[in-house]
Parts: sequence; structure tokens; C-alpha cells
Amino acid sequence: MRWDWRGLIAGGLLVAGGAAAEPDPVRQAELLNLLEQDCGACHGLTRKGGLGPSLLPEALADKTDAALLATILDGRPGTAMGPWRPMLTEGEARWLVEQLRKGPQR
Amino acid sequence: MIRLLGLLFVLGPLAAQAGACLVRGTGDLGVVIERSAGSLLVVDRTARRQLFRVSGLGDVSHASVVYSPDERYAFVFGRDGGLTKVDLLCGAVVKRIVQAGNSVGGAISQDGRLVAVSNYEPGGVRVFDAATLGPVADLPAIGADGRRSKVVGLVDAPGDRFVYSLFDAGEIRIADFTEGGKPKIQIIRNVGRQPYDALITPDGRYYIAGLFGEDGLALVDLWHPERGARRILDGYGRGEKKLPVYKMPHLEGWAVAGDQAFLPAVGHHEVLVVDMNTWREKARIAVAGQPVFVEARPDGRQIWVNFAIPDNGKVQVIDAETLRVIKTLEPGRAILHMEFAPRGEAVWLSARDDNRVAVYDTESLKVLATLEAIKPSGIFFTWRAHRIGL
Ligand code: HEC
Repeated sequence: MRWDWRGLIAGGLLVAGGAAAEPDPVRQAELLNLLEQDCGACHGLTRKGGLGPSLLPEALADKTDAALLATILDGRPGTAMGPWRPMLTEGEARWLVEQLRKGPQR
Repeated sequence: MIRLLGLLFVLGPLAAQAGACLVRGTGDLGVVIERSAGSLLVVDRTARRQLFRVSGLGDVSHASVVYSPDERYAFVFGRDGGLTKVDLLCGAVVKRIVQAGNSVGGAISQDGRLVAVSNYEPGGVRVFDAATLGPVADLPAIGADGRRSKVVGLVDAPGDRFVYSLFDAGEIRIADFTEGGKPKIQIIRNVGRQPYDALITPDGRYYIAGLFGEDGLALVDLWHPERGARRILDGYGRGEKKLPVYKMPHLEGWAVAGDQAFLPAVGHHEVLVVDMNTWREKARIAVAGQPVFVEARPDGRQIWVNFAIPDNGKVQVIDAETLRVIKTLEPGRAILHMEFAPRGEAVWLSARDDNRVAVYDTESLKVLATLEAIKPSGIFFTWRAHRIGL
């Protein structure tokens, strides 16, 4: 039983690949706060949009994960959307894209 | 969550008083916005404590507040288009309307009869009767290109006017309400790319819009609006690499100290100092990050600056005479706003991610008190009732 469980984790790590590993629970809580509060400063606490566009699942439906990831990490030059790479790893940004796809959880 | 519950438990008895109204003056009261909880605290500046928590304000991220001339009622402008009138003495909502899909700020007219809200969605300004919140006027913001624009930088000006900027269209507009519900609107075009916020000087004469799309600001002399907008500090960051802006700076009239105005640079870790006689750049002060609020202590001797993420745990104090940073404070995590007592002896700072408000003595730069609050953001004291543009 125990052996199986470890195997699963190892498999998961291989698939996710080093830098893109899921953030740990403490970091996840920080990231959710960042998404709500700091991204929310422009996109709204409930992601309905403000100075920046809506980030609700419906609004992002026709965008690929790769495009969203690139926007978050590298920003959009000439707009108010800055590059968050100095504050986020690729794995963290990927996890944020997943949260955007899921929509606000409350 | 546990912390939140604990907080609610402690505050329970206070909240329960909400039915009973206080009999007292309101000159030393204010409100602290609790942005995630959709609530605000009514606070007593002298006792440095909370009087009431008022809930049901909707999405109050980026909320701002103006006061009725008698300093009893706060008008709260929420992100979700909500406009809520709160009675400070009773700790209760008097009336709440949702007037648009997405809004960002508001103003009260010189005579206190009209409240105006600036909207992102649908872009424009809506004006309401301050007594009833009944509709008075709807001013869509359709630019020269025929498209609707987000509205920012809405302020009141002498002569029952409201002045505001169109972010997408690059315009400044002046709505004159001297004849009641049918305002005369004056349009100033081509003021610059993407005005993101604006201030009016404390005397109500100059309206200054910051530009996000270029390095510079647009200045309108409200004694002579027919002269249009003039560019000031044009190209202030020329030759320097523009840094990312993780939070839009704010402009408010209190950045004026004597004949100098202190303004946040956009995309540069600097505070710009403008000589208000010539409107030329006088100095640039290097600071710890992208400035968000740049506020003069009411006597004009100190300038306090807070910053965008990732430097939002710091606050810097600048000496207005030597133009040097004299102190870097670390008052808590995510300092979102600063509000001075009207005579400047104390300043209140909100530390969003520490769930508290810290009160500092502005001479000793020491903490005088802290108050618990849930994710506090804007702090607004009632003295604003008597200031042009606030
Ligand atoms: C200072 C304001 C601001 C902040 C803070 C901000 N954004 Fe943005 N964001 C924008 C703007 C403006 C755009 C639209 C850019 C354009 O016009 O192409 C945008 C676009 C986006 C897009 C692309 C949406 C689309 O429809 O293609 C994503 C995804 C996004 N932001 C995510 C984030 C995340 C995640 C954060 C926090 C880590 C964040 N933003 C913080 C202003 C901001």
C-alpha cells in the first residue's frame, strides 16, 4: 500500500517536471490571496473585471492555457498588465491558470 | 479562518449595538473599508477605537468614500457599481443602490446636494440626489471615436462642477450642474494617452490627470477651461527603462505642500516634485518602489509614500524641505492606504495582510495604537467633508 502511494508521487513529479511542481499548501494560500487581492486590484476581487478584463472562466474560454500563462509571466507590454515573473515561478503561474479555469470558489 | 472567527466573536457585542444611535459629534470619526468582507468600520479617531461594523456593502475592493456636509453620512462607492449611504452615528446603511456594473470612484458636489459616480462598465458618470439616491443625470462617456470609455479621476470643483477623465478616449470633461439636472458639458480632447487618475489642487483651481500611456501629466486650469489641457512633466522618464507597474498609482489633492506638488512617477521608482509656479519639474526623489499614494502631512512638512507589490510592506517619509527620505517604516504586510488626522499629528495606515490598522505619531514615527480590521484598505476621515476634491 505504502509502496504504491510513493510510486504515484514519483510519477506525478515526473509528469509535472521540476520547476512546474504544484506549490505547497502554504504557498497556495498565499497565491490565492495574491489572486484575490493583488490581481483583484485591477481584475476585481471577484474577477469580474475592472481596469483589466474579466478573468472568469466564461471570459477566458477561448484562450489557451499557454497564452494565459505567457500573459501572467511576461505581461502585455504597453498595457497595465505587468510581468509577474519576478514574483512567481512557472509552476505557481500554472497553478494560478488552473484556479482561473475553476473560477472563484466562494 | 480561525482568526477571522475570533475577530467576529470579539466584535459581536459591539456590532449588536448597531440598533442604538450615538449622540455625539462626528468631527473625529471616519471609516475603514474592509475590502473582502464587504463591510466597513466606523472609527473614533480620538479614542482610536472602532464604534461599529457596517456590513452589506457588496464588493468594496477599490472603494472610496465621500461625506455629507454635516459629516454624518458616508457615501461608499463600491467596485460592483454599488452606492451605499451609511449613517455614522447609527452604524447603519440608510440606502443602497447598484447603479452600474463596475465602478471606481465618486464625488459630492460643492453644495452637497449631488453625488456622482464614475463607471468603468458601462463607461460614464451617473449623478444622484444625495438625500434620496434618486437618479438626476446620466452622462455616457463616448469618446471622439464613438466608443464608450472607462471613467477615472472624478472630482468635484467649485461652481457645482464635476471634472473627470476618459481612460480609453484620452479626454477630460467638465460637467456644470449650476442649472440642476441638465448639466452643461465641456469636452477637452487629446489630453494624452490613458489618463488613469487625477487630482484637483486644494484651492479647486487646477485639475491634473496622470497618464499611464506616456510619461507626463495633463493640466487644466479650471478658471480657464477654454484654454484646454497643457502637458506638464512631459517625458519625465525619458531614457530610463520603464519598470512594470503592479498597482495603479493614485493622485489626490493632498500631494500639494506649499508651492510644491509631489506626484508618483509611473513605471519609475520615484516621486516627482513639481514647482507649482512654473509647473516644471523641480526634483525627483528615488524611493523604495512604485509609489501608489503620495500624501503630504497637512502642515506640508512631510510627505508619506506607500508602494505597489512587492514593496508594499514599506512606507517612506520624505522631508519636504530637503527632499530626502528621512525614514523607511515597515508597518505591516500590504500597506494599502494612509490617512492623516486633519492637523497631522497622527496617520492611520491599513495593513491588509495583517488584518490591522496601525496609528503612527508623525513626529516620533512610533506606533500609537493598532486596531483589528478584516483585510483593511481605504481609510477616510470625516474632515474630507470640507475639502474641495475629496
Ligand atoms: C495594474 C493592473 C493589473 C494587475 C495588478 C493585474 N493585471 Fe492582468 N491585466 C491587466 C490588463 C489591463 C489586462 C489587459 C491587457 C490588454 O489590453 O491586452 C490584463 C490581462 C490579463 C490576462 C489576459 C486576459 C485575456 O482576456 O486575455 C490575464 C490572464 C491576467 N491579466 C491575469 C492576471 C493575474 C493572474 C494577475 C495577478 C498575478 C494580474 N493579471 C494582475 C491589468 C492588470
